[in-house]
Amino acid sequence: MGKYIELSSENFEATVNEGVSLVDFWAPWCGPCRMIAPVIEELANDFDGKANICKVNTDEQQELASKFGVRSIPTILLMKDGKVVETMIGAASKQAFADKLNSLL
Amino acid sequence: MLDFAIIGGGPAGLTAGLYATRGGLNNVVMFEKGMPGGQITQSSEIENYPGQLDVVTGMELMEKWPEQCKRFGLKHTMNEVEKITKNGDIFNLILGTGETIEAKSVLIATGSVPKPANINGEQKFFGKGVSTCATCDGFFYRGKDVAVIGGGDTAVEEAIFLANICKTVYIVHRRDEFRASPHEVEKLNKTKNIIQILNHTSEEIVGDDSGVTGLVVKSKITNEIKTLDVHGVFVFVGRNVLNQTLVQNDGSFLCDVNSSGEVIVDLNMKTSVPGLFAAGDIRINAPKQVVCAAGDGATAGIGAIAYLQ
Repeated sequence: MGKYIELSSENFEATVNEGVSLVDFWAPWCGPCRMIAPVIEELANDFDGKANICKVNTDEQQELASKFGVRSIPTILLMKDGKVVETMIGAASKQAFADKLNSLL
Repeated sequence: MLDFAIIGGGPAGLTAGLYATRGGLNNVVMFEKGMPGGQITQSSEIENYPGQLDVVTGMELMEKWPEQCKRFGLKHTMNEVEKITKNGDIFNLILGTGETIEAKSVLIATGSVPKPANINGEQKFFGKGVSTCATCDGFFYRGKDVAVIGGGDTAVEEAIFLANICKTVYIVHRRDEFRASPHEVEKLNKTKNIIQILNHTSEEIVGDDSGVTGLVVKSKITNEIKTLDVHGVFVFVGRNVLNQTLVQNDGSFLCDVNSSGEVIVDLNMKTSVPGLFAAGDIRINAPKQVVCAAGDGATAGIGAIAYLQ
């Protein structure tokens, strides 16, 4: 079973620096974030060993949110070797996220 | 083959699933791309759901609904339905994965999405200061100034919610009075850090690399144009129905819809196509209330059982 990685300012760079990553900026009070939570969990399982599926709790990691200019949640960053390739704003289907990840792998 | 396929997991879809499974249907699947609950989970406060004495958030109101449905056997899949077609008596659900699933009866309860204000800068700064969810994004504007566009219940309620977080909230409405319920308007009038800008149209959202820096408004009386210095603009000007799943290859709709794309139903939530039901915000004359969507769902669930017998 794959598990998503909880990111903070401490482990962010080390985690996303290599390979493909999906980073979900969320918060506990956000309905659409909660909606995609099970999607993120399934993606972590499906892409285990292939991509880093990560979550950033913006409530606790405000520095990271502001570093990436996140002003709307959920914001999902698709990254490759530490660089943001695409930014998705709002909830989307598992298929949509999986397609984006596959196109980067 | 599914007995009953439910497309959408808001109050309408969930209640249909509850009634259909509790009423004896076995093979009932709800298609919802993530956790069920629907658009109401973005609402900051609900105080008109019958029997619910405490004021709760939309997320709190919906918390137990999926579990209750599951107990009676409703299945949930996160696969997205892209299109519904009908071949003879059988419906085909074409999924985002390319797979096709057959069903004997279908409920379309996909709801609606926020309508854009259709002004310059809105798309450009979406997610960079422009938002349609105050409970999600209000947090990013703590102690800052924001604007709300709209004059209905949602606009007024969410302006009041934002006033708890932000320094000043401007509410810009093109009419001379709010359409929201008198109770909400009274609360609005009492909130000191909300500035009401009536009789003004929103003309443009402006900003720079950091995101939104202002909202340009124009007086309908004097034609005077001014810029409100705000970091965030929350747009609540109504909703558009989500009916793409009903669009067929030739561009027509699977069932009859009105000029706004809302699905035409009768009092039993039956559409023009036998076995196809519609419930909640997607239907004609929808009051867009959780209790009404749930009521529609119950009607459709009962209808599906009768249709299959």
